[in-house]
Amino acid sequence: MTAVRCVDLCKTYIQGDTEIKALDHLSIDVDAGGFVCLSSPSGGGKTTLLNAIGGLDIPDSGEVWIEGERIDTKSKGQLAELRLRKIGFVFQAYNLIPVLTARENVEFVMQVQGVPAAERGELAINVLKEVGLAGLEDRRPAQMSGGQQQRVAVARAVVSRPALILADEPTANLDSKTSDGLMDLFSELNSAHNTTFIIATHDQRVMAHIPRLIRMLDGRIVDDIQQHAP
Amino acid sequence: MNTFKVLLMLAWRNLWRNHRRTIIMLSAISIGVWAMIFMTALTQGMVNEMIKDGISVLPGHVQVHHPDYRDDPNINNLITTPDTELSARFAAAGFKQWATRIKVPAVISSERESRGVTLLGIDPVRERDLNFIDYADIDGRFLEVADDKGIVIGRKLADTLDTEVGKRIVVMTQDPDNEIADRGFRVVGVFGAKIESLEETYIFAGKETIQTLLKVGDHVTEAVAIGDDYRNVEPVYAAVLALVDSSVVVNRWTDLNSYLGTMMTVMDGFVLIWVVVIFLALSFGLVNTLVMAVYERVREIGLMLALGMKPSSILGQIIIESMMLLVIGLAIGNVLAFASIAPLKSGIDISVVAKGMEMMGASSILYPQLRSEDVILANAVVLILGFFASLSPAWRASRYQPIEAITKAD
Ligand SMILES: Nc1ncnc2c1ncn2[C@@H]1O[C@H](COP(=O)(O)OP(=O)(O)OP(=O)(O)O)[C@@H](O)[C@H]1O
Ligand SMILES: [Mg+2]
Repeated sequence: MTAVRCVDLCKTYIQGDTEIKALDHLSIDVDAGGFVCLSSPSGGGKTTLLNAIGGLDIPDSGEVWIEGERIDTKSKGQLAELRLRKIGFVFQAYNLIPVLTARENVEFVMQVQGVPAAERGELAINVLKEVGLAGLEDRRPAQMSGGQQQRVAVARAVVSRPALILADEPTANLDSKTSDGLMDLFSELNSAHNTTFIIATHDQRVMAHIPRLIRMLDGRIVDDIQQHAP
Repeated sequence: MNTFKVLLMLAWRNLWRNHRRTIIMLSAISIGVWAMIFMTALTQGMVNEMIKDGISVLPGHVQVHHPDYRDDPNINNLITTPDTELSARFAAAGFKQWATRIKVPAVISSERESRGVTLLGIDPVRERDLNFIDYADIDGRFLEVADDKGIVIGRKLADTLDTEVGKRIVVMTQDPDNEIADRGFRVVGVFGAKIESLEETYIFAGKETIQTLLKVGDHVTEAVAIGDDYRNVEPVYAAVLALVDSSVVVNRWTDLNSYLGTMMTVMDGFVLIWVVVIFLALSFGLVNTLVMAVYERVREIGLMLALGMKPSSILGQIIIESMMLLVIGLAIGNVLAFASIAPLKSGIDISVVAKGMEMMGASSILYPQLRSEDVILANAVVLILGFFASLSPAWRASRYQPIEAITKAD
């Protein structure tokens, strides 16, 4: 089954009197269980594409399909529901709710989903351990380093076992060891639960990890390669 | 349910995020609510005293007269039903208090002076607690029985007439045949009243003594009853109506003293206006606080929306936060108000300004009156209007575009 299908996406931003084509007639297909890396120079359109796939931003033209459902025509409320149930997000810029602790941030999506307290508490503790944050459960974002915050965001994205995880620069603030640890966690989820991953990154080490590498430039795909078997 | 819990938690934590702003806002709400309740209690206390004093002059919440008596309080305008019959009916009706009396204009003279007064022929047993006399402040004694042969006059009048307990005076009035009826009385008591002017205008004699003097036999000019609450006299009014026939008119005190009756209604409206005005002043601070809070949190609100929280939950979160602020402020304000009114229960002496107040029918001690209706009104106004005031900032927050909000620069 196709997890994500984008057909002929265009998105243009007007900045002053110049037009910026953030997405320029871009089409891709990602199979369920796919593990995809998006890479481009800065400004290449990775974040714009992830936002379109996640239903956070509606493209100017083209179609977005998630698990066989067209989403770019859905209402805001339907899109919110879709994000809540099906997609785990790691955002590039801003990820955590400042008044919640690490553990509460991880539990947040599950809580809105209605997962019982005991169950989500246990899941949150376990996943925080997996991302190497055991002992920091009760810290608020302001009391954690950028890398630690990033890992809380990853923990939150994976904990509710969404079908699709969209991660924008998840390793930006991490040292190579933790970064490798995270990529191992992603691979594990990918193979164990058939979770589809789309990861945007500049990081060469991450690219090397990932089976399918899509290179973008100025909103277009310039290269789509299967690096090695998943 | 889960979502509601997380909203409560977020609202509570966000409330305490900016301690200083929250505490300033709480102080403003508390003081505002205190002012609403405290000032209302003072005003109501004042009005209450005025009304109670006003009723004590009448006295009686509901009164029965001959149809012409109010225009011409003359002994010819007697109630046709005999007093014994009327009294029996009133006694059986189970009023809190009731009485029948003769009330006519008269002239009282000592060897030095004469004055026009209102003569009340009463049954002293029935009149206890019904009128304005301060029983603790009587020289000599009050009347004891309905055929008491003495007379009781006010202190001010006693001074004017240059008389005192034990001396004799003459009371002169007209009988139904328009003949002068006069009689000498011994002054058996001199009373003091809260409102000095009453000491000049009323004199009391035994009902039966006056009936004999005026040759009216078993008849009176008025029958009165009081209930538990002067604000709601309708039950008593209905009960009295059922006791009499169409040869008499029945009036509520609000009809008899329409100035005070209107004042009572106007005051209730005034309280509402006062409460709303204070709230309006508060609402500027409240809305400003919420707008600031929402503006500061654009990114996290965007994040919550991006993660799949519904806009209605964002709306709810801001409103809950606002309601928490209001409820805490209300709680403190209420406690402050109760605490500052409690020590004043025994009354505030306003005799310095009381000379002026007396003209309006108020006495010189002000008892703040904390009425549950007023307290509920103040709290309800703050909560309900506060809810509406927070709708706009909350609505704005819920309309954020997640992606614009989340990528907004710091
Ligand atoms: N809201 C916006 N308004 C104007 N231009 C925008 C906006 N968002 C993105 N762009 C432009 O669209 C282009 C693609 O941006 P995008 O954020 O998708 O790139 P990116 O590949 O994620 O870059 P980076 O690696 O720096 O995160 C850029 O040229 C950017 O300046
Ligand atoms: Mg980006």
